[in-house]
Amino acid sequence: MMRITAPELEIAVLVLGMVILMVEAFAAKIDKRILAFAAIAGLGIILIASFLVAPYASPNQATGFWSFYTADGLSIFFKQFALLSTILVLIMMIDYAPVVRRSFPGTRNGLGEFFAVPMFTCAGLMYLVSAIDFVFIFVSLELVTISFYVLVSFTRRNPLTLEAGTKYLVLSALSTAFLVYGIAWIFGVTGQTNLHWLTEALANPATDRSAALLGMVFVLVALGFKIAAVPFQIWVPDVYQGAPTPVTAYLSVASKAAGFVVLLRVLLPFVTLPPIQRLLVLIALLTLIYGNLAALPQTNLKRLLAYSSIAHAGYLLIGVVCFDARAVTFYLAAYLLMTLLSFAVLIIVAQQTGEEISDFDGLAKRSPFLAFAMLIGMLSLAGLPFTAGFLGKFFIFYAAVLQRQMALLVVGVITVGCGFYYYLKVVRAMYWQSGVNTDKISVNGLSRLTISALVIGTIWLGVYPQPILDALQR
Amino acid sequence: MVLFTIFCPIIAAILIMVGAPARKTALAASVLTFAAALFLLTSFDYGQHNFQRVTSFTISPEWRLSFTTGIDGLSLVMLLLATIVTLAAVWFAGIIERYENAFYACLLFISGGAIGAFASIDLFFFYAFHELALIPTFLLIGIWGSGNRVAAAWKITIYLAIGSFILLLGLILLYQSIPAASRSFDIRALQAAASAGQITADAQRHIYLLLLIGLGILVSLFPFHTWAPEAYASAPAPAAMLHAGVLKKFGLYGLLRLAIPLLPEGARHWANLLVILLLGNIIYVGLVTIAQKRLDWMLGYSSVMHMGYIFLGIASAGILGVTGAAVLMFAHGLSIALLFAIAGELRQRTGTLVFDELGGLGRVMPFAGLAFGFGVFAAVGLPGLANFAGEIMIFFGSFKNGWVMGRFHIFQIATVLTLWGVVISTVYMLRAYRKTFMGTLNEKWKELVDLRPTLRLPVALLVGALLCYGFFPQSLVRIVVPKFRTYLTANRHLTDTECRSHGAVSATGAEFIASLGQPPQDSRDKKTPALKARLTESRFQRSYWYDRIPGALPQAHVRKAPLALNSHGTVRRPHGVTPDEGNAPQGRGYNICEIACR
Repeated sequence: MMRITAPELEIAVLVLGMVILMVEAFAAKIDKRILAFAAIAGLGIILIASFLVAPYASPNQATGFWSFYTADGLSIFFKQFALLSTILVLIMMIDYAPVVRRSFPGTRNGLGEFFAVPMFTCAGLMYLVSAIDFVFIFVSLELVTISFYVLVSFTRRNPLTLEAGTKYLVLSALSTAFLVYGIAWIFGVTGQTNLHWLTEALANPATDRSAALLGMVFVLVALGFKIAAVPFQIWVPDVYQGAPTPVTAYLSVASKAAGFVVLLRVLLPFVTLPPIQRLLVLIALLTLIYGNLAALPQTNLKRLLAYSSIAHAGYLLIGVVCFDARAVTFYLAAYLLMTLLSFAVLIIVAQQTGEEISDFDGLAKRSPFLAFAMLIGMLSLAGLPFTAGFLGKFFIFYAAVLQRQMALLVVGVITVGCGFYYYLKVVRAMYWQSGVNTDKISVNGLSRLTISALVIGTIWLGVYPQPILDALQR
Repeated sequence: MVLFTIFCPIIAAILIMVGAPARKTALAASVLTFAAALFLLTSFDYGQHNFQRVTSFTISPEWRLSFTTGIDGLSLVMLLLATIVTLAAVWFAGIIERYENAFYACLLFISGGAIGAFASIDLFFFYAFHELALIPTFLLIGIWGSGNRVAAAWKITIYLAIGSFILLLGLILLYQSIPAASRSFDIRALQAAASAGQITADAQRHIYLLLLIGLGILVSLFPFHTWAPEAYASAPAPAAMLHAGVLKKFGLYGLLRLAIPLLPEGARHWANLLVILLLGNIIYVGLVTIAQKRLDWMLGYSSVMHMGYIFLGIASAGILGVTGAAVLMFAHGLSIALLFAIAGELRQRTGTLVFDELGGLGRVMPFAGLAFGFGVFAAVGLPGLANFAGEIMIFFGSFKNGWVMGRFHIFQIATVLTLWGVVISTVYMLRAYRKTFMGTLNEKWKELVDLRPTLRLPVALLVGALLCYGFFPQSLVRIVVPKFRTYLTANRHLTDTECRSHGAVSATGAEFIASLGQPPQDSRDKKTPALKARLTESRFQRSYWYDRIPGALPQAHVRKAPLALNSHGTVRRPHGVTPDEGNAPQGRGYNICEIACR
């Protein structure tokens, strides 16, 4: 068995992406969904291969490639996370294909890139979680962001999508500017971009700490944009609502997860400085309050999920404040399952009826399977025991209690109550109200399999988390 | 067998969801669960105070989290309550017009959640099983409820969700307050750590406050009670029976299981707060109940009010009060289930529950009137029905055992006010009975039919249980006391209080015991043990006819050691007789005098 090293994973993904792109360009007559299946198969092989990679944390004084790339346990876990979420998003894209095709009337082109670009995003995410140097963080972040520019505005005939794409482009470019400016400040002060050497440089009493903090604040602005923290969250509702739904799911799960990994890595040198701690607590409080309160009056499910993703960023920020990487990672794993589950059901129902919550009325009669899957998704997002979401919140609150973060705990409990309201609004629509449209919704085999797997995964992780906890130990 | 009791309703609910015939499966499951609970009751080892029938599956060794279930005295009583009320509720559900499958599935999920919570020894699953019942309640009230059901469903769900998360914070703090080496989610391990004094007094106060507020919200303690009346008024009758009868007791069970044994310092610190809040429950909510004009609202408020009695028993933290609380929990569950069942039937037949519109129904529905009468008198606390046994023990226990503050014995003041509450509850209960079933018959209701014969069986079950445990409360007391005696003596602080307060009245106590035929024993006595035993054989040792109730354990011929006073005037057992800690005699159990005078 040949030993696979971590960088080969991303290279494989990039090669896969390019192959799919070439096939799409030169074999115009085939059913484009074959490309999607090929991509899923390829990514699946790479995912299996990733379990064979031995973690290799780059030594502190490394030079060359390993000075900006690490393959420790955290990055391997999140590479698998990115691969899994890309596979699930591709499955959702197959379901969504008819909608995309409708925005290119008359031609059969255009759908292939929809399946090919996520490969590059995936590679970018995988590089991002391994990055331990600011410049490499910047480069991988750009790869991810530019791929998302294409994906977000893919169905460009829809004016809502174009608005989403433009907002994302402009605000993302602005945040990247902040990132580069912050990196420049930090480099100017300490002369380092490698995170480990940065820690050493900051420990040196001669460095100007306040200047480094200023640079760090700029970097936090950029990362806050990525993870949808307040006050950098303005783009989230419009972009999430306007983008094609699988892309929204991808953005909400994978991009946020990678953002949190970078946040954890980047904060490590600065975590001992109290101003950063207070700033993070403030951001966490604002994010929790804003995300939950803004979600209460929503009637569009996609927009509701957008605001709820802001709220979940708030819970994750509680974990970051307490600097418990394991709680954050577990929550992200649970978040992947429950969010992708909700979006998968949303895509199928939206094609038949619509995206509003009122379009879910009477879903229990139309498709008990989808209604039950959505029920589990919503309950897990709310945080009911026996689901993965509850254990995620449990670990986050555990860390907060350990650190006696009173304000975060009080606000956290109140926002959980808010969350119960807006998630149960969907449950109410499905089970209480009777819908106008009463024909059955059929679900094709692959989607049924995926949704069942996600439901089982959510409940399994909620009851028996030990395998994931073991995986996170490494 | 315990696992069967937990999972039978849950599996039945899943089967119903995938298409099994709803009512038949639900009835079969509840009958089977009830039979299993009866089996557990008859095979229960009364002497042992530890958990019995423990099964354990490890989930996470790192967190010492395992799915552990088992029963002891308190859980057995709660399990019995849960299964009886489930059977009655499922039976009363009748034919549901829409989504019958979902209705019965929700009922069974609530039941399974309650049973699982009572049977769990692991803190995590104790919490998780209770949450299992939250969403089915939401659906039951929202879909099949009446009146302002939408608002009621939202209110109860969000209120209880917030309460549960406050409880979760308390539980996390409890887990963290134990040194890392001995941390565990297992309640027995927590008990051991607490007895070893590993939870600091400061931590105890904080944890107890969190648990009190969290569990208090779940039990509708005074300022946090507003969710209950609306929810019970709008809920369909079976849901109200299950929630008011069983699920509410989860919070009280949590206090008895966790807060008092593990956090005695916290309990004593916040006892005054609890007393003031429970007086709010009794007096304030009691007066509000009198003002109600509808039967369902009155019953909702009355269930809130009666929680005050149970809180008083728990707050007194003496063995008499706590035993009374446990008995009243059981009895109240049965009585409120009965009342809600009849109220539901009335609502179905007449469409209204406003007092002024009902009247004289006893003429057309005599059986329902009789059953409602039993429920009313049980709630009032008439002797002969199980509530009285619980209430009398609570009153005596809190009057005697409470803490003293300066000159004021706050518990004695509280007991006096609670007795006012008895009068208040009599007023509204009897008024409800009179207005509904007595008086002149309204023309509209001339054609009403009485309860059909099949429904009379669950009613008879509930009334029968109330009467049985009303006349023989010993059977309940004997189940719970070994457990309470253990942890209330494991807390040396509390027994010191008891001993001190008892020592303070030892002269009276000596007279009392002497009057029962037991002379105080002098340690310089030269008589042989056999002679002593014969001379001091007292009424405590004679076997009474009620000890030979069929179904109770065969009476071992163990002579209970006579209580005696030593020269210091405190009660102790004479030499030569082994103390009964850990191997309590399989004899009669404990009658009230013995508990009080220990």
